[in-house]
Amino acid sequence: MSADWASQTVRVGPFAFELRSPLPEVIAAARRLYRDYPADAADGIADYCVAVLPPSAMRRWIRPNLVLACDVEVPFMAPVPRAHGLLALEMGMNLQLAAGMHRFVLIHAGAVARDGGALVMTGESGAGKSTLAAMLGHRGWRFLGDEFALLDPADGRFQPFPRPISLKNASIDLLRDVAPADRFGPRFDGTIKGSVQHLAPPVDAIAAMDAAVPARLIVMPSFVAGSEPTIRRISRAESFFHLSQASTNYRLIGERAFAAVWQLVETAPAYEIGYGSTADAEALIDELWRTHG
Amino acid sequence: MAELARLVEHLREPARLAAADAPTWATLIRLARKEALIGQLATIVGDAGVSPPPRARLILDDAMIGVEASQRAARWEAREAARLLGGRGYPVVLMKGTAYVVAGLPPAQGRTVGDLDILVPRAALGDAEAVLRANGWEPLKEDSYDDAYYREWMHELPPLAHGERGSVIDVHHTILPLTARLRPDADALIAAAVPVGGGLSVMSPPDMLLHSIAHLFYDGDFEGGLRNLWDIHRLTTHFAAPDFWPALRERARLHQLAAPLARALRTTRNLFGTEIDPALAGSATPLDALIRRRLLARDRHGMPTAPLTRQALYVRSHWLRMPPAMLARHLFTKWRMRRAAEAQG
Repeated sequence: MSADWASQTVRVGPFAFELRSPLPEVIAAARRLYRDYPADAADGIADYCVAVLPPSAMRRWIRPNLVLACDVEVPFMAPVPRAHGLLALEMGMNLQLAAGMHRFVLIHAGAVARDGGALVMTGESGAGKSTLAAMLGHRGWRFLGDEFALLDPADGRFQPFPRPISLKNASIDLLRDVAPADRFGPRFDGTIKGSVQHLAPPVDAIAAMDAAVPARLIVMPSFVAGSEPTIRRISRAESFFHLSQASTNYRLIGERAFAAVWQLVETAPAYEIGYGSTADAEALIDELWRTHG
Repeated sequence: MAELARLVEHLREPARLAAADAPTWATLIRLARKEALIGQLATIVGDAGVSPPPRARLILDDAMIGVEASQRAARWEAREAARLLGGRGYPVVLMKGTAYVVAGLPPAQGRTVGDLDILVPRAALGDAEAVLRANGWEPLKEDSYDDAYYREWMHELPPLAHGERGSVIDVHHTILPLTARLRPDADALIAAAVPVGGGLSVMSPPDMLLHSIAHLFYDGDFEGGLRNLWDIHRLTTHFAAPDFWPALRERARLHQLAAPLARALRTTRNLFGTEIDPALAGSATPLDALIRRRLLARDRHGMPTAPLTRQALYVRSHWLRMPPAMLARHLFTKWRMRRAAEAQG
């Protein structure tokens, strides 16, 4: 019976997740990664439950793999190997928001804050937004999130959602140099995205996760190995286009999302930056923040 | 089983929500999500004037944003269907969720609407498909066995998806597969349909209820069945009137659906306390208990329970859907295809 499963509630920003599994080691791994987050839910009601389980009793022993069972139906996900249970949980948490959360405009973006304002970084997968958010989050900025930025249509502020950072391939070694070793989760090799390792954000970022911030600057980074740094101001229309495209629920929310994103591009200037090294990107961002921050 | 029964009790008697504590709300929300009844729960909470805990309120409001978006999209798709098919010289009948929304019927309250389902005369299928395909709708199934199966044996065309919007339309020519043992009168369904403007119509009240019943009690394995039973409950309550019952009896006889109707009325009375005409409800059979068990088969965390009951009703659905020899051939082909796909992948 599923009542006997291991479970752990974790609160990240505005949402509480109840994580469950018949495999206690999966929940134990999540407990370690989320050890600095509140372990309760507002009113005792979790927003989303995410369970990771073998698809059938047989599959617990033969060619063992895992599937998700969530509160909000999620699109079909291929089973993952049993050793990747924590990855499946993380994926399930993402999918709950992407498929079932409508009260914030969810923008695929990394975000950090400083001096009471947010820097929002959006771009294609692989553009480096996640790595940059993680990097800046360890160099004087407050980390808000590396994957999902939550724009509140009620007041135009960004609600922090500082989940553990999902580092991939070369980013893992980059962050090894700046983050303490005990903040890293287990390393998973041979996933669909190559090697993946989670990094718990700095404790300060977690402690301040209820403090929403207005955006002051939008940056669309693009990483091209070995290239010279470039910078280009982009128009409000172009910025609007990119941000609405980067949102998973913009169309669903409709008019309120339109108004919120328009307000965002009117108040926060947007730049495209090209960079060949993280140091270059940090220098460009510092320069922009001095002008607009 | 007791857990989903609690959701049913609260939907049936919203006043009970006033006494619900946080763990009860947590369970109600989780189960309502699993059963696609979260918007209906949100609507009932609003109508009953109950103040849930703030976190439950946020979750219910969030769900309603999704419901409203789905209904907005459903209205849009209905208008598109009217624009493309409304003037082709044959009736176009909206079905299920879109029909409830466009006709403003009670099951629409809080209901998420998915694909667009329409019914056209069988002779018009070719034209409807050609017009849709010339206007951005494309087949969703690539597999030629599935495609041929739909065309020969099903009550609908293979689903079409819109290339830009991603929405899906199912074009039906009747309400049960052609292989089923019962044969509803599709011409009569279309002839009695009620216009709703733009060249579109919805089924007459008895036919609409019978379609919902045929779908749940005769053409499926009861997956997601509680939401469909809620539709049936709301429709029945809304249509109930002294002259409705005789009309319903007459239409059920015409469509060969008297037995599914009786079972559906017993089940909705049993679970939701629906007021029905007992003369149409027949008497209980052992299958009633099995169906009740299946409809309530989830634990507190929303995980499926009662695997044997699920399996039994799954087998029943195939048994009703096609004659045994055909079923064997179909399952054998599907099995071969799956094996071939596994060998490849």
